[in-house]
This record gives sequence, C-alpha cells and structure tokens, in this order.
Amino acid sequence: MSGSKRKEVITFSDYDSRGARRVEAIVRTFTMIVTIAMMTLVLFLLAYLFVRGVGSINWQFLSDIPRDRMTGGGIWPAIAGTLWLIALVSAFALPIGIATGIYLAEIAKPSRPVRVLRVAIANMAGVPSVVYGLFGFAAFSLALGFGKSLLAMGLTLACVTLPVVITATEEALKQIPNEQRQAAMALGCTRARTLGKVILPTALPGILTGAILGLSRAAGETAPILFTGVAFFAPVATDVMQPSMALPYHLYIMATQPTTPAPHIVWGTALVLTGMLSITNAAIATWRSAKRRKLQW
Amino acid sequence: MVTSPAKTDLPSKKDRAGRFVLEDVSVSYGNEKALEAVSFYIEPHKVTAMIGPSGCGKSTLLRCLNRMNDAIDNVKVGGKIMLNDKDIYQKAVDPVSLRMYVGQVFQRPNPFPLSIYDNVAFGPRTQGIRKKAELDQIVEDSLKKAAIFDEVKKSLKKHAFELSGGQQQRLCIARALATKPGVLLMDEPCSALDPISTGMIEETVQQLKESMTVVMVTHNMQQAARVSDTTVFLLRESMEEPAGLVEVAETSTLFTAPRDKRTENYITGRFG
Repeated sequence: MSGSKRKEVITFSDYDSRGARRVEAIVRTFTMIVTIAMMTLVLFLLAYLFVRGVGSINWQFLSDIPRDRMTGGGIWPAIAGTLWLIALVSAFALPIGIATGIYLAEIAKPSRPVRVLRVAIANMAGVPSVVYGLFGFAAFSLALGFGKSLLAMGLTLACVTLPVVITATEEALKQIPNEQRQAAMALGCTRARTLGKVILPTALPGILTGAILGLSRAAGETAPILFTGVAFFAPVATDVMQPSMALPYHLYIMATQPTTPAPHIVWGTALVLTGMLSITNAAIATWRSAKRRKLQW
Repeated sequence: MVTSPAKTDLPSKKDRAGRFVLEDVSVSYGNEKALEAVSFYIEPHKVTAMIGPSGCGKSTLLRCLNRMNDAIDNVKVGGKIMLNDKDIYQKAVDPVSLRMYVGQVFQRPNPFPLSIYDNVAFGPRTQGIRKKAELDQIVEDSLKKAAIFDEVKKSLKKHAFELSGGQQQRLCIARALATKPGVLLMDEPCSALDPISTGMIEETVQQLKESMTVVMVTHNMQQAARVSDTTVFLLRESMEEPAGLVEVAETSTLFTAPRDKRTENYITGRFG
C-alpha cells in the first residue's frame, strides 16, 4: 500500500476488506519477526556455547576425574552422576506420573477430590525448585534417613518432574478422539484392553515427549540436589546410597570459584550438559513427528 | 478375554442371527427422560431401520442394544430389552460378551491408527485368536463381506488412515464383522459419505442379513425405504415430554400406507 491515496479495488458489495487484510499482514509480519528473533537468540546461544566449549572436549575431559585441585582432568564423575540421576528419576517419576495421568484422563469420574488433585498437580508445577530441594532434604534425607545420597536426589528430582509427566500424559490421552474408545468398546474390549491396545499406543509419542521434557528439566536442575546429596568432588557412585557429583552443580561451583578459575572446564561442562539434553530432545522430537505424520484425525 | 459358551447366548451354531424384544423401554439422562414406553420386535435376518427427526432418541435407543450407554454417566435404562430371550440389562450379563455378539458401526468412520489388516484382526485377537492362518482367513472373509477386499487385497499392510472416507467406513464394517456378530448395529453409517460409497454400503447391508440381524439408524428416509424390511418411526413431539415410538411396520407399508397421521406427515416431509 504505497502512497497516501487508497489503491482502487474492485468490490462486489459494500464490504471492503482492505483494513482487515492490513491487520492480517501486520500480524503475519510481527509473529514472523518474533519467531526469527527467538530462533536467532537460541542459535546464537548454542553457537556461542559450542565455540567456547568445544576446545575443552576430548577423551580425557569426558572420561577422567577432576585433577589439579579442580583445574584440570575431566568431568566423568559429574556425567556419571547425571546419568545416575536420569535413571533414578525415570524409575520413580515415569511409572507414577504416567499412571496418575492415565487415572485422571481415563478412569477418574469428575468429582471434587479429582478436581482438588488436578489443582494440586498444577500447583506442584509452580513450586520453585529450591523449595523442592528443601522438601527433599527434610523428607528423604532426614525423615526417611536416605541422607545425602543419589536416592534422596533422585526422589527429589522425581517430585520436580512428576507434574510435567502427569500433565503430558493426561493431555496426550485427551487428544485421542472418543470414537476410538467407542470402537474398541463395541468390539468387545474391556476398559483395560482398550487402554492397552488402542489408547496408550496412540498416545505414547505424546506421553514420551512430555516425559523426556520433564527428565531434561530434572537433569538440568541444581537447586533440588543442593541439599540432598550432590558433591563438590566424589568418585563415580557404585550404589544409590552414595553422594555423587552432577553436571549442573559442577557447572555452578566451577563458575563461582573465585580463587582458581578454570573457564575451559565451565564451558566444557555446559556444552556436555546441553549437548546431552539437546540430543535426547531432538531424537524424541524426530521420532514423534515420524509417528505423528500418520495420525490426522 | 474369551467368554465361556454358557455366557455367549447364541441362538445356534449355524444361525447366529439375533432377535430383540423391547418391552416398555425408557431411557433417561439424569432426571431428564429422553425416551419412553418403546416396545417392538427386531426380527432375525431382517434389516430394521429406525427413523425420526433429530433428537427423537433413535441413536440413544440403538446404543441400548449393545449397552454402549454404559460408558455414559447418568444414563438409566428402564423396561426390558430381551436378546434371544435373555434380558441384556440384568445384573449377571457380561457386557463385553454382549458387544462381541452385537457389533456396531458408527456415524463417522473410526478405524484404529493401525494397518488395514490389524484393524480387521483386532476383534478376533481380542477374542484370543492368535493363529496366523486363521486370522488371515477371517480378515479376508470380513473384507469380502464388507465389499472392500478387491480394493485393498494388495495393500493389507497399508495404514488405515490412507483410505478414503468411504473405504474407511467399509473397513469399519469389516472390522465389526470379524468378531462374527449375530446383530450389527449401524448408527447413520452413511451420513459422512458420498452417494457411491453409500450405495456400496447399502448393497453390503442387503447381503449381511443372510447371516445376521441388522439394525440401522438413519435420518435419510429414502435409505430406510431402500434397505430395510421393517421401519421404526420415533418422534419427540415437544421439548417437555420424552420421545416415543409412533409406528412400527413393514417398510413398504409404512412408506405407502402409514397408519399414524404423524408418520404420514413426517414421510411426506411436512415436518422434521
């Protein structure tokens, strides 16, 4: 729309859509700019991380223990600790979270207690992670006597992850059209078989995406493990009752070391942590979109 | 999952076609009565069409016949629905076994997100059939009966969602037939389909009645006239009262010489 004069248009009714079309163009441009800006920011962040960190990555960095008063060597105990935590959180949060999601979406009849439960879960997602840390310390480390251990950390992180897994499961199940449930029921399926043979297989990509997002969040958290068993320095744990190092905490302490700075370890750790989580997320996203292409209700 | 023979209520091994007797059936949702005082027979090896304007309770009534209403909260069914001389709403009835005998095809095609083969084999597998040769045979027979075998025989592994709407609906019929039902309920099975697909399904229905009883809900009177042997006309006369049965008759009689004035008004298009 160049110039101050309105361009001639051919109309067939009193309605002239130029105003509406201009709004449409503005919305389109604005959303596109915002998206590009966001993408640029994320790409810049990843690229910067890569450039700063890639020089530190070598076999020794990935497989050795920290040496020279934490200024040299590798970060293997921290990597192993984070892998331990991911395994523990998966073991606790996935079964409980998915089961709760199934209950809420498929089994529970609408009632007051169920509504309260939903609100409680929504609130759980809003609790600051350091509060989880405090709760985990009181409940798992002290009350249940797990002390400062992988078990206490895993349970605390599982609490952080649970609301994400529950909500993702519930949402994924709600996406399945009711016609599918009716079709299975009319073929003589019990509730359980309908769930197992029709609903869950279809909802699985959605459930797992949510679960992995939850796990990623847990794996990157520092606050919940701060009081429950993360170590400044510890050998690779051989059972769940030992304290352990973990990547996010290692990053935190290395970045806040005033006396003997080792920036290459900080950036290398950041890159390893981000890389681990990005690769998992990308893999699950690819798998999901491949599965999804066939599902156009 | 496989039910004991004592529970499956079969008329006989050879002829599985079911027979319904409805006695003073009523349905209510919560405190609201939707349907009242409905009594009629559904004869074996016949196609029974249920017609009537929107909201007359025909789909509701259909869903009573295989107890699909069980899944909806607050639905209460009164009166008696006898299938092969057994009350399907008495306590001891196993609804899962009932639904294996009374199959259903829905208004919109609803295949599972599986291959064509797995869709049809779903019911038999639920019944515990595992042998591949047996499943192959059932799948082929069912697809043939639903008049879709020739179109898909080379691509049984294809995803069901790649089929057209009309093909999907015939696949859903094949899927329902694979459990070897004695009654097939069809809830406006052609309302989402084009005329050619509709014609194919109507032809299929004619063949099906040789081996089973068909009950079809339709809002299309021409369809009822074309495919059914018996027509049931339901009507809700005002929002204050529940719907009820107006007339049941042989289809040719109902459409040419209706006994009730309201039936005549409806079929001549004066309301509804």
